[in-house]
Amino acid sequence: MKAVTWRGVNEVGVEDVPEPRILDDHDVILEVGLSVTCGSDLHLLGGYIPAMRAGDVLGHEFMGTVAEVGPGVTKHRVGDRVVVASFIGCGQCWYCKQELWSLCDNGNPNPGITEALWGQSIGGCFGYSHAMGGWAGSHAPYIRVPYADQGAFTIPDGVSDERALFASDAAPTGWTGAHQAEVKPGDVVAVWGAGGVGQMAARKAMLMGAERVVVIDRFDNRLAQVRTHIGAETLDYEQVDVPAELREMSGGRGPDVCIEAVGMEAHSNGPQYLYDQVKQQLRLQSDRPTALREAIYACRKGGTVFALGVFGGFVDKFPMGAVMNKALTLRGAQQHGHRYIPEILDLMSRDEVRTEHLATHVMSLDDGPKGYRMFKEKEDGCVRAVFRPGG
Amino acid sequence: MTGSLGNVASLAARAGGSVVRQVRSAIDPSTARPAGAGQPASGWLVVTVFRDPSDVDTGQLPAPLAEFGDRIEVRVRPAPGGKGTELAVRLRDRPSSGTALGRLSGSDPQADLRSALRRAKQLIEVGEVLAVDPAPHGRRTATPGGALLEAFTKAAPRAGVR
Repeated sequence: MKAVTWRGVNEVGVEDVPEPRILDDHDVILEVGLSVTCGSDLHLLGGYIPAMRAGDVLGHEFMGTVAEVGPGVTKHRVGDRVVVASFIGCGQCWYCKQELWSLCDNGNPNPGITEALWGQSIGGCFGYSHAMGGWAGSHAPYIRVPYADQGAFTIPDGVSDERALFASDAAPTGWTGAHQAEVKPGDVVAVWGAGGVGQMAARKAMLMGAERVVVIDRFDNRLAQVRTHIGAETLDYEQVDVPAELREMSGGRGPDVCIEAVGMEAHSNGPQYLYDQVKQQLRLQSDRPTALREAIYACRKGGTVFALGVFGGFVDKFPMGAVMNKALTLRGAQQHGHRYIPEILDLMSRDEVRTEHLATHVMSLDDGPKGYRMFKEKEDGCVRAVFRPGG
Repeated sequence: MTGSLGNVASLAARAGGSVVRQVRSAIDPSTARPAGAGQPASGWLVVTVFRDPSDVDTGQLPAPLAEFGDRIEVRVRPAPGGKGTELAVRLRDRPSSGTALGRLSGSDPQADLRSALRRAKQLIEVGEVLAVDPAPHGRRTATPGGALLEAFTKAAPRAGVR
């Protein structure tokens, strides 16, 4: 079958790969309906997560139709239309039972890599390097889904494929950020990054009763999406001093909750961007934490900063003094999607969560390299490039 | 930063990157050594299984551990806070724990036992050992980086900090 693959740093290919087959009792084989690029893929493309091999199939955000079920699967049947959480959780370990699904003890068959890096391994993730399990990605006609009773969710009738697709990763990741940051009614919430995850974090913050939600980015079309489809306010960091604006918007206090949805390749205007870029290229730091620093600086005393964008290793000039002296709560997580996807699908079915606007460019698998180029370079207002393996 | 300036910075930086890494490792080995990669003096390898202690029968261990027969000692005790059961194993002959690099590359004397303990935990909790291979993939280009990653990936189920 044809698949979109990682061929090397900044090199995406389309090539033939073997079809997956059921290996464990709790597997299903899914016929992929839609599979979408994610901002975190760009860290793989850029070589910032150096655990990809040439030929690895990309993609971790997807939906489709169940084509085959393993003998241990009880929840799904052939023909079910499902969306699948990008993280792989067993549903049986202590972490899964606490609904901290991305921390699953058993979902990563290569635990030694992330144990070496982080002290403990976390769950696996489709199409996200050998450090996260070596699972084949979803930019292909078929994908094997392990622990399918846990990670695959039936899509309600009336929810389109294009909407349900983002219940796989963007929406539950945004939900994870706002919920785990414990947004409260009346809060002022700032979100760095107006991509799919940032927009969804803003939406969840609004649903949780935030009084004011402000999303920060530099791309006009993304900020316009935030205002039009999410209903949050926006700041263009190339036009204004973000902490100053946030102070003014929050009565001088600073936001109660600051959600960073940018990750290890953040951009900024100031000289610190050049500094971070050089240090990252020299491998003196693995990640550029520009937006995270600003979030910590902007956050009100006693507030919460949530790192939702993907970081891989180490950052420099981390403002620990602000964290400690302002008594901040600093948290982070990959998505605990299994916890939130049922709620998200229900809200989607009631039109309270809409995501179709994120799919700005839909194309075939043959256009994989073009899709990633458009997504990376933000060509033609690309917010997300979506692949339809069926053509 | 403009694109061209960024590219120049990137090229220059990449050219010097490996040299800088070597120098930094030499003068400050802590930056190249993951924290906590040591090993307890007792030699126990421990996982917490989310099951009651009564569900973890040391007389009928899961196959990966049972295969070690009397070459291992086994200890089971309740985990505090309702976290299940702590399952600990160690080799009776108590070999050297090896180096941190050996443990992280899965080549230390306890590597097989570490892998068996992980598989036993999966069998107790989930009933199956998760398999990832054969995973569909395209053409593997022969590169030094790819070979290194393949070797590390093969070792990863046996590697770890505990």
